[in-house]
Amino acid sequence: MYVSVKGGEKAIRAAHRLLAHRRRGDRAVPEVAADQIREQLSLAVDRVMNEGSLHDRDLAALAIKQARGDLIEAAFLVRAYRTTLPRFGYSVPLDTGAMTIERRISATYKDLPGGQILGPTFDYTHRLIDFTLMADSETPLPERDTAASAPAMPRVTDLLDGEGLIEAEPPAAPDAEPGDLTRAPLRVPAARDLRLQQLARGDEGFLLALGYSTQRGYGSTHPFAGEIRIGEVEVEFEVPELGFAVPLGTVTVSECQMINQFAGSAEIEPSFSRGYGLAFGQVERKVMAMALVDRALRTEDLGGAVEHPAQDQEFVLSHADNVQATGFVEHLKLPHYVDFQAELALVREMRREHAAAHASREADTDPVFEEAAE
Amino acid sequence: MTAPIKRTEGYAFAYLDEQTKRMIRRAILKAVAIPGHQVPFAARDMPMPYGWGTGGIQVTAAILGPADVLKVIDQGADDTTNAVSIRAFFQKTAGVAVTTRTAQASVIQTRHRIPEEPLKAGQTLVYQVPIPEPLRFLEPRETETRVMHALADYGLMHVKLYEDIATHGHIAKTYAYPVKVEGRYMMDPSPIPKFDNPKMHMSPALQLFGAGREKRIYALPPFTRVESLDFDDHPFERTKFEAPCALCGATDSYLDEVVIDDKGGRMFVCSDTDHCETRREEGHRGALLGTPAEETRP
Repeated sequence: MYVSVKGGEKAIRAAHRLLAHRRRGDRAVPEVAADQIREQLSLAVDRVMNEGSLHDRDLAALAIKQARGDLIEAAFLVRAYRTTLPRFGYSVPLDTGAMTIERRISATYKDLPGGQILGPTFDYTHRLIDFTLMADSETPLPERDTAASAPAMPRVTDLLDGEGLIEAEPPAAPDAEPGDLTRAPLRVPAARDLRLQQLARGDEGFLLALGYSTQRGYGSTHPFAGEIRIGEVEVEFEVPELGFAVPLGTVTVSECQMINQFAGSAEIEPSFSRGYGLAFGQVERKVMAMALVDRALRTEDLGGAVEHPAQDQEFVLSHADNVQATGFVEHLKLPHYVDFQAELALVREMRREHAAAHASREADTDPVFEEAAE
Repeated sequence: MTAPIKRTEGYAFAYLDEQTKRMIRRAILKAVAIPGHQVPFAARDMPMPYGWGTGGIQVTAAILGPADVLKVIDQGADDTTNAVSIRAFFQKTAGVAVTTRTAQASVIQTRHRIPEEPLKAGQTLVYQVPIPEPLRFLEPRETETRVMHALADYGLMHVKLYEDIATHGHIAKTYAYPVKVEGRYMMDPSPIPKFDNPKMHMSPALQLFGAGREKRIYALPPFTRVESLDFDDHPFERTKFEAPCALCGATDSYLDEVVIDDKGGRMFVCSDTDHCETRREEGHRGALLGTPAEETRP
């Protein structure tokens, strides 16, 4: 006899318990600690902080552990936690020119004030699996620079700006508050602050593919990597009671300034234009893709025609968020019995009608064929 | 009805902080004031995935009070896993009483159905909405559809429905069937079957619609005119079923088709589990349970 399915509550409890068991894996292997993830999987932590929209290395590391290494799931955990936090305000703009540099390269100048600094990069490693990492290994400490103080490192775009070759950064209106799409619904067309916020939160893979598409002719921006810099910057916060900004601490960020060819338009003289990427941690791929997409999204502002996906604000901004995307794609596994039932009835009816129409058509046309044969 | 349990500490009542709830309530008030109009709101990231009802959950969180009695259904049933999960969430975070009985609930959150039992004044039905824009599959751009709503320019939808009739002889839409509210806004009723559409019309209950991912809230205040789109010569028709419910014998409810073997065996049962159970308690019997004695007596 048919008994309708009951016991969702019990099933959910059991599933959660099994999930925890699978997360733990083989009990004979030591459990991974959140601080190990924070220190040794730090690029995963960086990605989760960006897509989770919250700078908290410990929390991101814990989320990665809880999510069994699924970084989108980890970003989702961080986002849901972020919802419960109060928002006090926004910081003074970061001065990335005053960054304590760990890596700084420019593809547009062979040498420049401050020099090129490779820093911790995969760029010139050979991608050979290092089997020595199978065992506990002694990793030698890096060499230390003995220079007493680091040289000043002006930003490449500032050097170009001195000559007027690159479009000026439009000055912010004095009392304009930066937008926050987590506090107000995003509407298109969106200002650049909101676009950059959405890109910084956006899925790295999505931005990478979009940036790549511009390089393959779907809205080319003729980019040069003017500068990529990674390092620590101080975060300052204006406290209304004090009337001046106080430092809150430092964060590591990656910044990419793309310099793009721009032939000019009726109103604007030819110059280089900017594409900008900034995100927490060492996330070079992300900020480079972000800078490409940022420039592509400025197409309309610069008087160009929007013809390709990467240039289309509504397309890019509505689909960049991977927590939203994964939710809606995966919700297809929720029950849809009711709607499917309605569709079943419709398809059956349409098939009946189709068969009837077919039958009557055959009855009509048969004699015609006979005549033609004769 | 299950009495309130002690709510989890460390979070605000019903999870969302008071500022967020105030923001959502303001959106709800605006939505009630302009029936059928989609009001943008700053939806938060919730601890459930987008697509799992985050919009409905935020609306419920914003309107729930300690004295409320909550019912949560998915596909008409109280015991589907997502309904169980959302109900447990509010038990934990708001400590409210919950029920499966439509008549006892003051707030009902639903996905894809409207309960069979007519709603009463004072009740609120909260719909989970995936795509709030009825024109979205005809025009993907929000910038365009906003203008179409502003101008009440709904020709595109009428053409689509007309093309259905021209091709199939009838409107080939069985759920999320578009409606017109108070003769003004075209509205997506969420993916309820069109069988449920007439229940929205002049309902004494307040109906709220929440779309979290799309960040929209809209509403039907009590006693609002809600008409399913149709043509004079092709009037709207409710889905009809050929068999009564196999468990309770109901002939006026929406039925789920259940596959009972691999030889093509099918049976039909009420999608609304509370409706079906209530009828069985009242003595109604479907074919599967045998007709009760008093009804077979000559």
